Amino acid sequence: MTTATLENAPAGAPAAAPFDARAEGQRLFSDWYAALADAPARGQPVANVFVMGNAVEILRTFDFQLVFPEINSLQTGVRKASEEYIRVSEDYGMSPDVCSYVKADVGLILKEQHHPAGQIPKADIAIASNMCSTFIKWAEIWERMLNTPAFVLDLPGQRGGNWQVRPGDAQHAADARWVEAQFRDLIEKCERITGKRFDMDRLAEVEDRVNRMVYHWNNVMQLNRVCPAPYNAMLDGLTYIGIMNVYRGTTEGVEFMRRLEDEIRGKVARGEGRVAQERFRLLFSGTPCYVSMRRLIELFETWGGVFAYSDYLTFAAGGMDAGELVYDTSRPLESLAEITALAAQRGLSNQFFAHERLAQQVRDYDVDGIVFHGIKSCRFVSSGMADTRDYLNRRLQVPSLYIESDLIDPRYWSDAQIKNRVDAFFESLHQQGGGAPLAPKTVAAEAGRAA
Amino acid sequence: MTAQIPYDHQAELEDVLERCNALRQAPVPSGDALPEGYTGTLGHFPVYFPEEIAHAAGLLPVSVLGGGNKLEMKHADARMGSFVCSICRSTAELGLNGSLQSLSGFITHPICDAAKHLAGIWSRNFPEQLSQILYLPQNVNTPGAVRYVAAEYQRLRAELERKTGRSISDEALRASIRVYNENRRLLRDLYAVRRDEPWKLSCTESYLLTRARTRIPCEEHNALLGRALDAIGQRRQAAQDKPRVVFVGGFCEQPPLEMLETIDGNCYVVDDDLLVGLRWLTSDVPDAGDPVWALAESFVERSAASPVQHDARKTKEGYLMEMISSSRADGAVLTAAKFCEPGLDEQVAWSKHLDQLRVPYLVLEFEEKMTSFEQMGMQVETFAESLLFTLA
Ligand code: SF4
Repeated sequence: MTTATLENAPAGAPAAAPFDARAEGQRLFSDWYAALADAPARGQPVANVFVMGNAVEILRTFDFQLVFPEINSLQTGVRKASEEYIRVSEDYGMSPDVCSYVKADVGLILKEQHHPAGQIPKADIAIASNMCSTFIKWAEIWERMLNTPAFVLDLPGQRGGNWQVRPGDAQHAADARWVEAQFRDLIEKCERITGKRFDMDRLAEVEDRVNRMVYHWNNVMQLNRVCPAPYNAMLDGLTYIGIMNVYRGTTEGVEFMRRLEDEIRGKVARGEGRVAQERFRLLFSGTPCYVSMRRLIELFETWGGVFAYSDYLTFAAGGMDAGELVYDTSRPLESLAEITALAAQRGLSNQFFAHERLAQQVRDYDVDGIVFHGIKSCRFVSSGMADTRDYLNRRLQVPSLYIESDLIDPRYWSDAQIKNRVDAFFESLHQQGGGAPLAPKTVAAEAGRAA
Repeated sequence: MTAQIPYDHQAELEDVLERCNALRQAPVPSGDALPEGYTGTLGHFPVYFPEEIAHAAGLLPVSVLGGGNKLEMKHADARMGSFVCSICRSTAELGLNGSLQSLSGFITHPICDAAKHLAGIWSRNFPEQLSQILYLPQNVNTPGAVRYVAAEYQRLRAELERKTGRSISDEALRASIRVYNENRRLLRDLYAVRRDEPWKLSCTESYLLTRARTRIPCEEHNALLGRALDAIGQRRQAAQDKPRVVFVGGFCEQPPLEMLETIDGNCYVVDDDLLVGLRWLTSDVPDAGDPVWALAESFVERSAASPVQHDARKTKEGYLMEMISSSRADGAVLTAAKFCEPGLDEQVAWSKHLDQLRVPYLVLEFEEKMTSFEQMGMQVETFAESLLFTLA
């Protein structure tokens, strides 16, 4: 996030009523699920999208109702129903060794789209980027089982270590040109599906709202550099990124993020931390285990450990916090392509070179250790994780813990084993001299407006 | 005057195959062992890589195809999760145990997330090598795809020029394209034998012959294939009572040789997707005009199919059915490497489709490191017998 952006973005009026982000998030999610169920009755076109590389800005200009199948799948886990959906898909023939989100979704299709949160409409189009290769295989499943046409959005990612692409340089221009060509192709397809003409002004309006959401989001993330951390990135943060995705480019999304920032600023000003006595600031790499989400956090918070940052908040919210990512609404389509290409390289596909981002975040968030969560069914997150850990251990001598489970398959959550490992990790942190209540730190200069 | 040694096609073929099998297990050549005219080697991971660009740069393209079933894993188990496919794990092992230290670079592709992570592992552990992802597009249907691929190839060309300190002229690229066009023609001939007279050439033999290109210059491979095709043409073997099948699922991780032999023992494998990346471009690449554009256009317009390439023009079921019908196969062997997400997903889709069309098939899961084939042998035998029974 550039300082210029921080200064230029509207500050927003302070919230009148106290803001309960969790309750408000839940309300917005219920509204979204209700809107999903009603979409066919309204005659609204429906698009399936993923959280990384999804062209939501274009889809919104055509008034598509957005379905996020990853969120549907994780919600089966949160609602303790995932095992049943996974079982149905494995009975159908899906392998035990593939992504459990995909399996829960195949289970959903086999259950006639009946989800614990309501009926999920069938999509008129699916956008699958190459940021996670499984997205493409997943969209091919919809092509077969639901006749949903797939549009693969190919985003040129980070090519190698220490990859430096700057806006406007030749590499960025070439990549953005390719992304723009695909957006133009997608627009034609959306025009055919909806029978509407593309409206460039509406695209600019959506982008303006995304800019404002991202502005607040960056501040929210940076405020967690403060000690004590006002929120837990892997618990509260999950609600925040849910809104960043589902309400991206909407007025509700902007309002939520604005109020959230105000709320967190208030906490920082009052010195309120997420845990009563913050002893360890931690960084979480990977995704949560949604069937044991609260339990996982509890295992750390009982030791006074709080997750100040997680790379999950970056890649699962579209990678928009990666710096300099602000749409130029005077040239909406070109800018969309340019920023999408940058976000793909700086905030999404850099997962394949995770050591670079983590090394930076260890410093930025001043953490005492890193927790790596290997996910059995997610190769995007996990394949290079043990090697990344080894590298960071050698280079930064930062203590770390590696645990393994799954996104939503409860069969891979081994409570006693994970608890043992977590306890041993904290004991070793204690032995290394950590564990005293941490002294409050002042807000990092980059954290935006004064509290 | 010395007596002329009579040409013995069987001995000739055995000689070629022995060389191919030795190459399969050969280390990456380096130093004095480098073929003449080459200054180094460039490793690339499956599926497809435009070898012409490395060839023109004087770098021997070397396909890195994992460690087979003889490799002892000492390092990689601690560096990659247990749920990652064997080819990725053994490739990391080959890097970490020093077997690939002479490579000038290692290029992988966005075929799957595990493969993309290899670039990160390489950049952390072997920073002296050029380790990159060549971002071949998963969307080849939007106008502009050729332009994008050409830009990506130009980027690779510039990287290799920097690495070798040698510029790659258009003429050198065209010359490489011609050498590889010859190779493509020979490989097409090889597969035509499999389709038309499968009793003359087994799947295992064809696999060994194709795989030899992964360790020697393409020119030398062309000569080897030429010798092999001459000898195969003279083979007089009677057709046996075996069903005709296609084999799919070998596009990335390599099935053990013993697995292919097991299938050969019971079936004629009349087409397959083994090493499909080495046969990716399905016809000649134009050798006039802009060579980079020609390679890019061939990738987009005249290429094969695999579970890890999305292309709206070629559904996965569609290309399987095309393989089956053009090779007049009676059934299919649908394989997938363990922990290979794309392969495992496709296996389900293929089997559902063949169920609908009532085409017989056998589902097999494999790992490159497998050493026991008894059970698989029984499955294949039963499948072959049931096929013969239905065909009778
Ligand atoms: S075998 Fe499958 S999962 Fe493994 S690298 Fe190849 S395509 Fe990816």
